[in-house]
Amino acid sequence: MKSLQINSKFIPLLITIALFGGLFVAGSVSYRGFFSMQVVLNLLVDNSFLIIVALSQALIIIMGGIDLSCGALIALSSMVVAYSMSHLNFHPALAILAVLGVCSLFGFIQGWLITYQKFQPFISTLCGMFIARGMCFMINQDTVPITDPFFMTMATTRIKLMPGAVISTSVLVALAILAIYIYIAHFTRFGRAVYAIGGNEQSARLMGLPVDRTKVMAYTLSGFTSGLAGIVFCFYMLSAYGLNAMALEMDAIAAAVIGGTLMTGGVGYVIGAVFGVMIEGIMQTLITFQGDLNSWWTRIAIAFLLCVFIVVQRILVLKRESRKVMRPVEFLD
Amino acid sequence: MGTRDPLLKMLGVCKEFPGVKALNHVDFELRHGEIHAVCGENGAGKSTLIKVLTGVEIHDSGEIILEGRPIRPRTPMEAPALGISTVYQEVNLCPNLSVAENIFVGREPMRGGKIDWDDVNRRSAEALARLNVKLDVTARLDEYSVAIQQMVAIARALDISAKILVLDEPTSSLNKTEVANLFRVMRKLKSAGIGIIFITHFLEQVYEITDRITILRNGQLVGQFETASLDRLQLIAKMIGKDLEEFEKGIKESLSDTASAETEGVYYRATQLGQLGSINPFDISIGKGEVMGLAGLLGSGRTESARVIFGIDAPDSGDVSVNGESVSIRKPADAIRLGFGFCSENRKTEGIVANLTIRENIVLALQGKRGLLAFLTRKEQEEIADKYVKLLNIVTPSIEQLVGNLSGGNQQKVLLARWLATDPELLILDEPTRGIDIGAKAEVQKLVLQLSGEGKAVLLISSELDEMVRCCSRMAVYKDKHKIGELRNKEISELNVMKTIAGGLN
Repeated sequence: MKSLQINSKFIPLLITIALFGGLFVAGSVSYRGFFSMQVVLNLLVDNSFLIIVALSQALIIIMGGIDLSCGALIALSSMVVAYSMSHLNFHPALAILAVLGVCSLFGFIQGWLITYQKFQPFISTLCGMFIARGMCFMINQDTVPITDPFFMTMATTRIKLMPGAVISTSVLVALAILAIYIYIAHFTRFGRAVYAIGGNEQSARLMGLPVDRTKVMAYTLSGFTSGLAGIVFCFYMLSAYGLNAMALEMDAIAAAVIGGTLMTGGVGYVIGAVFGVMIEGIMQTLITFQGDLNSWWTRIAIAFLLCVFIVVQRILVLKRESRKVMRPVEFLD
Repeated sequence: MGTRDPLLKMLGVCKEFPGVKALNHVDFELRHGEIHAVCGENGAGKSTLIKVLTGVEIHDSGEIILEGRPIRPRTPMEAPALGISTVYQEVNLCPNLSVAENIFVGREPMRGGKIDWDDVNRRSAEALARLNVKLDVTARLDEYSVAIQQMVAIARALDISAKILVLDEPTSSLNKTEVANLFRVMRKLKSAGIGIIFITHFLEQVYEITDRITILRNGQLVGQFETASLDRLQLIAKMIGKDLEEFEKGIKESLSDTASAETEGVYYRATQLGQLGSINPFDISIGKGEVMGLAGLLGSGRTESARVIFGIDAPDSGDVSVNGESVSIRKPADAIRLGFGFCSENRKTEGIVANLTIRENIVLALQGKRGLLAFLTRKEQEEIADKYVKLLNIVTPSIEQLVGNLSGGNQQKVLLARWLATDPELLILDEPTRGIDIGAKAEVQKLVLQLSGEGKAVLLISSELDEMVRCCSRMAVYKDKHKIGELRNKEISELNVMKTIAGGLN
């Protein structure tokens, strides 16, 4: 009884993981060469920057907000890194620090507007998105290549897990961020305040939680994380261009939702977003293996999946609401 | 113990809002280990008193002394730190978090830089065990009933170290067993020396659990009484501000004696109509040409009855017939089609549309009744609006005036006009004269009697008992969400209403 009850919290997450497993099995059965560790690991290699922003997106959505600026911030971050090193001769460490600082400040301002000036998160981060995109082209209108030895090393180093299974350094960064986000979400007061705000902001306030501070911190963290994703993006691309990572924020939102995060806030797990990204990735892979399908079918498939997930969530919520029988309670005397 | 200072003293507390003195030199005292009821009707100042105490509002003058030290809570966050916690009817917790988290969120025990979840869960279970409640603290809060959520809120308050617990209408949505459990907990806390301020509309609960009663009326202190020495009739009289002796010799002066009851047969009849949680099943009939009153104290179930009759809250039991034919009323549109009208007590939120003109407001219900296809032409609309502006003496330069710019009394008349325009067979008026001046009051009352003279059925609810006595030819009396009796014609007097409330349903 007890284990069954606890499971109900995890149902959306379990569905996501099961779906990923199902897609992998389907691919393995249908296509030669699909069933390999490397296919799964490539999902991480090719999407590590997306995993990073999906994690921060999930936390923001759990808080009842949204961050549309993360895709543009990736572009801005990689542009600042590339430009400062190639044109301004910044040391790579300095370039990275500068970029993390700029993106954190970006997130902080968005959070401040949302919290203290009562901007809608959608509008505040939409403005952020436009400004970040615009700033990319203020810095440089062309592709800026990265030739710095540190970045070259990071980009090309492969870590061998076992024969025929390698990952890039970006994957390590993404996994480290995952660990940090799980820690933040479930083992810090800040993380629990995020969940409380998503559940009922008014109550959170009346319970004496530092609601305003938490919101500003969450958006600042999101900006910082986007900056980090931009650096990882540089490892992946070894160049920067203002139109990179277009609409990536939408993929991040989709990943969070597929991962079981409710757009209404308060419900979800950051790790779900990782599986959300993996599902998006494996669909792409499936279509590539199919060979004769246009790769844009991925988009249609993801749209379909999103609809299915929203319906599943809706059913779960309705079930919760319609449940007349509450959990049993004992009264001791 | 006897020589100890009182736990809390409020002296000469004043709070003024624009245009109204919500608290006018109110004193209040709470002892250690006492359950203290605060009673009063609409606008008495109960909620303002609590808001001042809990830091939601800041008083203009006066003193609050907690255990001998003056305090001045300025935000809802400061009060709990001082030891004053509030548990509302609408539980202010986070439904998506676990029970344990709701008790500890914001002050979780940390170990090695991480929240110590074992400790959170263990200490939550202990905190609930102190309230004699045992449950799975790792389950989501919303998997438990409202009654249990209140217990969780109380556990949180006590764990933050509450000296004073304010329970604001905690029993409104609880069933009997849940109320009994809550009372057991309250008694336990009382014996631990905690002072409890208990606000409720349920009179019998006041007598069951409280030690003393503070009565407020119109922002002023009526008095503080030992519960045991104040009988129900006195309590009711003090709450609605009547002097008992005055009634003993007083005679009923009713306008409605001219309108005889039930002469033209029954228009509306309901048997065992009710809605779980808001109003217990009741029987009621309303005759053509009759003014039926729904009397009772605030929260007694009178408004709830009217809402169920009109279908705003769909009834979950009972049969209804109109003109002898069985009907089903599940939503307001059903009622409107049958020829009912309903003027809500919340004029601002459920009645007028402030940013539409008088004309638009008046034709709203009629247009709704006719359907969107049978559109009223501008000319028809103007004729209707003109007619009612004249009939009801609505004071305005033009029918194109925005209703938001009118005085309260004129807004009320516009609302009445809206329903009169639909030519209703049954008109429900919930507090039609609240907050309007005396002249307008008299006009509305006259209109009510005029309607009944035309053979319409009227259902009237008013906090002003003398108004009810003057207008009604029959009266249903409510208490604690039950209909407990009916008075007719000569029986109708303020004293009899109060006696019925005091005596009924113990």
